[in-house]
This record gives sequence, C-alpha cells and structure tokens, in this order.
Amino acid sequence: MRNNGILRIVARFLIPLIMLFALYIQFHGEYSPGGGFQAGVVFAAAWILFALIYGLDAALDIVPERAMYVLMLLGVLIYAAVGVAGVVLGGNFLDYRPLLDDPQYAQQFGIVTVELGIGITVSTVTMLIFTMFVQRRSQSMQIEDSQTEDKD
Amino acid sequence: MGWLGLFNYWIVVVLMMIGFYTVVSRGNMAKKIIGLNLFQTSAFIMFISAGKILGGSTPIYREGIEVYSNPLPHVLILTAIVVGIATTAVGLALAVRIHENFGSIEDDLLSEDDSDDETST
Amino acid sequence: MIDIGLLSFLVVIAIAVVRSRDLFTAAMLFAIYSLLSSALFAVLDAGDVALTEAAVGAGISTILMLALLALVPRQEAEAPRPNWPALAVVVLTGSVLIYATLDFPEFGNPENPVQTHVGPYYVQETYNDMGIPNMVAAVLASYRSIDTMGEGFVILTAGLAVYALLGTRRRKPKPATKKQESQKR
Repeated sequence: MRNNGILRIVARFLIPLIMLFALYIQFHGEYSPGGGFQAGVVFAAAWILFALIYGLDAALDIVPERAMYVLMLLGVLIYAAVGVAGVVLGGNFLDYRPLLDDPQYAQQFGIVTVELGIGITVSTVTMLIFTMFVQRRSQSMQIEDSQTEDKD
Repeated sequence: MGWLGLFNYWIVVVLMMIGFYTVVSRGNMAKKIIGLNLFQTSAFIMFISAGKILGGSTPIYREGIEVYSNPLPHVLILTAIVVGIATTAVGLALAVRIHENFGSIEDDLLSEDDSDDETST
Repeated sequence: MIDIGLLSFLVVIAIAVVRSRDLFTAAMLFAIYSLLSSALFAVLDAGDVALTEAAVGAGISTILMLALLALVPRQEAEAPRPNWPALAVVVLTGSVLIYATLDFPEFGNPENPVQTHVGPYYVQETYNDMGIPNMVAAVLASYRSIDTMGEGFVILTAGLAVYALLGTRRRKPKPATKKQESQKR
C-alpha cells in the first residue's frame, strides 16, 4: 500500500495526530471522558495504521516485539506497585492516602499513575495481538509457496 | 412505564435474541463470534439505559448542572467492553488454529471429520 | 427521538449481519453496529462508554475480524433456512424476557432503586474527596480500584493466550492422509 500516494500522505498526516490525541485522552482523563483503556486502544490504532500502510517490518522497527513483551508486563506491574506502595506506607492495598501528604493530591497521583499503567498494557497487548495475526498470515503464505514449489 | 422506556428495553431483548440466534444456528465460527459480540453489546445497552436519568447529564462535575446520571453502570460496562474484546481476540486466535489443523471452521465439516474417526477405530 | 431512530437502525443492521453469508460484509456491518451503539451510548449520557465502544468496537474488533478473514475462507457455508428448533428456542426466550421487562422500574426516573442506593454518594462526594471532575474515572481508578486491576490482568492474559496460540512458528503440515484426500474430492 505504500505506492498508493493518497493513502501514504493522509496517513503521514494523521498518525502523529492520532498519537497526540491518544496522549490527550490518557492524561486528560480526569477532566473529560477518557482514561487508560481508550487511550491505549487509540494509540495502538495509530501504530496499526502505520503497519497497514508501510508494512509490518517497518512497524516492528519502531516498536520491536521484545519491547512489546516487556511493556505488556510493565503496565500491570506499575498498577500492582502502586497498590503495594500503599501497603508499605501504612494503608490498605491500593489505598492512595499514604502516598502523599495532601489527601486530594494523593488520590490524583494514584489515579494518574494507575491509568498510565493500564494505558501501557492495553496499547501493547493490542499491538501484540495484531502482530501475531499478521505474522501467522505471512508464515502461512510462505508454507503455501513452498508447497507449490514442492509440487513443481 | 412510558412508551419510550418500554420500547428501549424491548429493542434490547430483540437484539439479544438476534445475537443468540446467530450463535445457535450458524455453524461458522467467525459468525458465532460476531453473534456473541452482538449479544454482549445489547446487554451493555440495557445497563446504560437503566442508569440514565431523564433530564440528567454526563457524570462529569461541571458548574451549573444539578442532576447527573449514575456513574456506576458506566464503570461496569467499561470493564465489560474491554473484557469482551479480550475474549473475542482469544476466540479468533483459536479459530485460526482450528482452521490450520483441520482445514475449515465450519461446524458441520468438523463434526463429519470426527464421526469418520469414530467409525474407523 | 434520536434514540428511537438509532435503536431501529441497530435492529436492521443486526438482522443484516445474521443473514449475510459473506464474512467480510458481516465484519463491516458489525463495525457499523458498534459505531451506532456508541452513538446511542452518547445520547444516553455515557461519555466514557461511548468513547470506549467507538475505539474498541469499531476499531480493534473490526481489525481483528479482518485479520482473521485473511486466514480463513471468506464465504460461510449455506445454512438450512430457517433453523426451526433454534428459532423456537429464541422466540420462547425472547417472549419470557419481554414479559420480564414489564416489571422493570420506570425508564429515567430519579427515584429508581439503582439511582438511590450508592450512586448519590459517588455523585456528591467525588469532587470533595478527589478533586477531579470525572466521576467515572474516580470510581474506576480509586473507589473500585481492585476491579480495574483485575481487568488489567484479564487484558494481559488475553495477550499471553494469543501469544501462546499464534506465537510459535507454524510447522509444515504433514502429508495429507488418504481419508482427507478422499474427503476433499
């Protein structure tokens, strides 16, 4: 699809805007509808659009598969770390009050960190699932090509 | 109940039954997964319409708005949507593997394959 | 009025999804279904849910269905039309459910049990406790935070399951047995 001029130019224009919008939804999720899940999915959609236009190998150069495995776990680890920090500092599990002094700031810090973890996990898992499907497709095509070669 | 509310819930039941019929009567696995998603989305519509207050507004605190819709069903459905997409992804991956191993994702062809195995052993 | 139109449209599209034999058509119609239900959520005052359904249903779900359609045949097998036992079960269940909806509390009434139990506490106290306006985000991330952690784990498990199913290299299939060859002919 990279030879199609219109798609390439529109994608080149849109992909940074989509990623920026995803970051806006993530961090503005306290004041407007938004939060971690929506932001993660929109960010992954921008990456998937890039993979559709420029090919999966170019997209895997940007976010390699090994990084996806690490980030997938890092997001949930951030969530659990905030929870355990609440226990270590004297409260219950996932209690945000002991994290900072002012109660409202503590809650806001807890909420932003937790949503960040969720956003990282959701976006990485979506990118990973897409990658798995596409790689299976390319493996199947290779096997079909080798089977037709065997018959010849 | 007023006509609007009853119509709302009846349409939800109709959508639910259409999804149910798709899962039960169609043999193709991809169609079944689509039917399951139809069913799930109709259940979401039911919950969200249960949480609505006529004359209320989105549950985001703003100046000048007195009545807000209940935020609890929204939280529940947010989780449910994400869990739904997770199960859909796993179901589709299973369909891919079944197609690779057995050659088709139609129920009828797959159970023919099984019954041939039974008669041969 | 808008929601009456949207609901009717949803029924029409759902019937079209069931009846179409081409899976590509079904996937595209399902994307339209998700988009319309997201518009319905927006009309019903659910901003976060509308955003999530639009992003997830019309975006990711469609792309995953299309990724599946790259790997499996595109046409569905002919189904016996119509499937009478399934239709009977569906009509029976539907009529029982419609009979149950006659007992529902009134639509949109502020005195409903669901609106008077715990909801008013969250509506009134969120801004004082947390200082953030979005009540849904506050409930999701702070008041009911353990559920959201469980949801993060569910997403992680889905990613791991897809990796376990599709991540290993595909081996070359064994040469077809005589039975499979005779079936294909």
